[in-house]
Amino acid sequence: MTAGSQVSGEVVTTAPAEPQETRADLKRKDNRAWWLVLPVVVSVAFTAIIPLMTVVNFSVQDVFSPSDRVFVGLDWFYEAVRRPENREAFVRTLLFSAQVLLVEIPLGVAIAVAMPRRGFWVSAALVLVALPLLIPWNVVGTIWQIFARADIGLGGWTINNVLGIGFNYTLDSTDAWITILVMDVWHWTPLVALLAYAGLRSIPEPYFQAAQIDGASGWATFRHIQLPRLRGVLTIAILLRFMDSFMIYTEPFVVTGGGPGNATSFLSILLSKMAVGQFDVGPAGAFSLIYFLIVQVLCYVFFTVLTRSGR
Amino acid sequence: MTLILDGVSVRQRGETWLDDVHLELPNGMTTLVGPMTAGKTTLMRVAAGLLPPDSGRVVVHEKDVTGISVRKRSVAFVYQQFINYPSLTVYENIASPLRLDPRFRKNEIDPRVREVAELMGISDLLGRRPAELSGGQQQRTAIARALARPVDVLLLDEPLANLDFKLREQLRADLKTMFADTPGVVLYSTADPNEALTFAARTVVLGEGRVQHVGDVADMYAHPPTLAVAATLSDPPLNLLPGVVRDGRIEVLGTSFPAPRAHATGHDVMLGIRPHQVRIARDGPGALELPAEIRLAEVTGSATFLHLLLQGDRHLVAHLPGTQLFTPGETTVVYVDPAHIFVFDEAGGRLLATSAAEVDLHG
Repeated sequence: MTAGSQVSGEVVTTAPAEPQETRADLKRKDNRAWWLVLPVVVSVAFTAIIPLMTVVNFSVQDVFSPSDRVFVGLDWFYEAVRRPENREAFVRTLLFSAQVLLVEIPLGVAIAVAMPRRGFWVSAALVLVALPLLIPWNVVGTIWQIFARADIGLGGWTINNVLGIGFNYTLDSTDAWITILVMDVWHWTPLVALLAYAGLRSIPEPYFQAAQIDGASGWATFRHIQLPRLRGVLTIAILLRFMDSFMIYTEPFVVTGGGPGNATSFLSILLSKMAVGQFDVGPAGAFSLIYFLIVQVLCYVFFTVLTRSGR
Repeated sequence: MTLILDGVSVRQRGETWLDDVHLELPNGMTTLVGPMTAGKTTLMRVAAGLLPPDSGRVVVHEKDVTGISVRKRSVAFVYQQFINYPSLTVYENIASPLRLDPRFRKNEIDPRVREVAELMGISDLLGRRPAELSGGQQQRTAIARALARPVDVLLLDEPLANLDFKLREQLRADLKTMFADTPGVVLYSTADPNEALTFAARTVVLGEGRVQHVGDVADMYAHPPTLAVAATLSDPPLNLLPGVVRDGRIEVLGTSFPAPRAHATGHDVMLGIRPHQVRIARDGPGALELPAEIRLAEVTGSATFLHLLLQGDRHLVAHLPGTQLFTPGETTVVYVDPAHIFVFDEAGGRLLATSAAEVDLHG
């Protein structure tokens, strides 16, 4: 018989430990990783950083022609901040973003909660909700430009002739503002809804059963189970919707062109008029750098606040 | 208080999950043991009222509650996953079922929360949120939530399955004392036979959606009435070898031993051998000798699991004490005392002969 023998009381010795690596050793080893990052650095520099430097270059010069430039220091920056037109556009854009967030986030979450969790209607609901997201910005603008028209648009005509409310976005600033806001809600609430829906789907069924056993109401279930689980996706949704609405351009450009008057002249519309329309590249450069900074700072603030309150 | 499942069947997507289950559970603890997909969770969900049965009745305290929503029933449920309200503190998690219970007055809630927290050993964690707790602490919170208000039926669905080994041992010991003075019916499900044996409570063996057997778990371990019960309660898994009765002896893999009971020649039987009953040295006369090839030896420290290949490509696992060293590929002979062999009917899986030597385990 070839059975084994019992091992007892044997002391197992390990090999002597290798000397600890010093910090300098580790640093030298890590350097190879830079070669892997290099292609990204080059492509980002070529597509983003170098063009941005051109803008920085413009922002400190008064350019009469490519060969005739005058260095003006920070003059354009002072002017960009001081100009009442710019200040009004800033407030307008901030107000628009705030309204977009106030409407789209709760509405998107509500749609996500109402969407079916299983069965045939899941795919049907998903396709239906995602539809506006598949339409290009300028087409959305064109659709709403016609839809909201008082004379030939289905929406505008219905409001005027069926509901009996005077509505004309080409003449009335409030009507124009509402048209742009409703259009943005129509176009982008689905994004919030889809993100929230994905977040809700990741909640295990036992959570809902446990709430049922406790006798928790629908609102309590939403407040204490669904909403906390949505924190992550809602942070992303709020950031995306803020950035996008703060930089809105195409749709108001197509629908109202910034009017009537300056009613829907958001920062981006003002900026493009300045840079491409009047070819004031100096002021436009300074203005766009400030614009860029505002977006960065606000996103940072949003992100910090939203992630900190989670803990 | 009694919980009665009367002819309960559940069918989903053309599959039968529970098949005509009749059970009567008295006050106190009952263990529900069965392999995965035996229908344990389904049975518990039916008992709770989370899943309406396709047929049959659920009766609690002589009242038919089959159609009554879980919201209106007096049940508590602990899940395998650690289910707590993520936005609430441990204190609020335990208090929330009490706040919704009209039997509790406002000034009774705080002492009760502290009492249950004390019982579960989480008193110093009351201010934390579930995300700041370890798995064991989260499950303690979930169990505290379930214990907070007195219920007719307390259901625990594999509550320790997702915990690591040491926490499981510790919490299991705590639970055993805790259930001793819990009013109402406590049904505790597990896939781990050792857990069922440790609780030593009334035990229901569930397999393939049917109740296989109900009784004392130690009795069942010593005298498994069917192959299914023996297999469910054996960890590591029961070794199975086919045999045939011939002239008062049972022939198996070229050798034979006297049949414990008289059976007609030619009767097919299935032999069940627990891994710890396999020896590598002859320890008495009359032992069954099985030549084998060593395939693998798993050493856990306190035990060695020897995987063997027998004649006719049959596998056998031997559970040997201590650390023992073997060389895979070598041949050996293993021995089994016929007194430790369960002889089951090949066709129906019923126990034909019980082994006398296992009985002393009960005492």
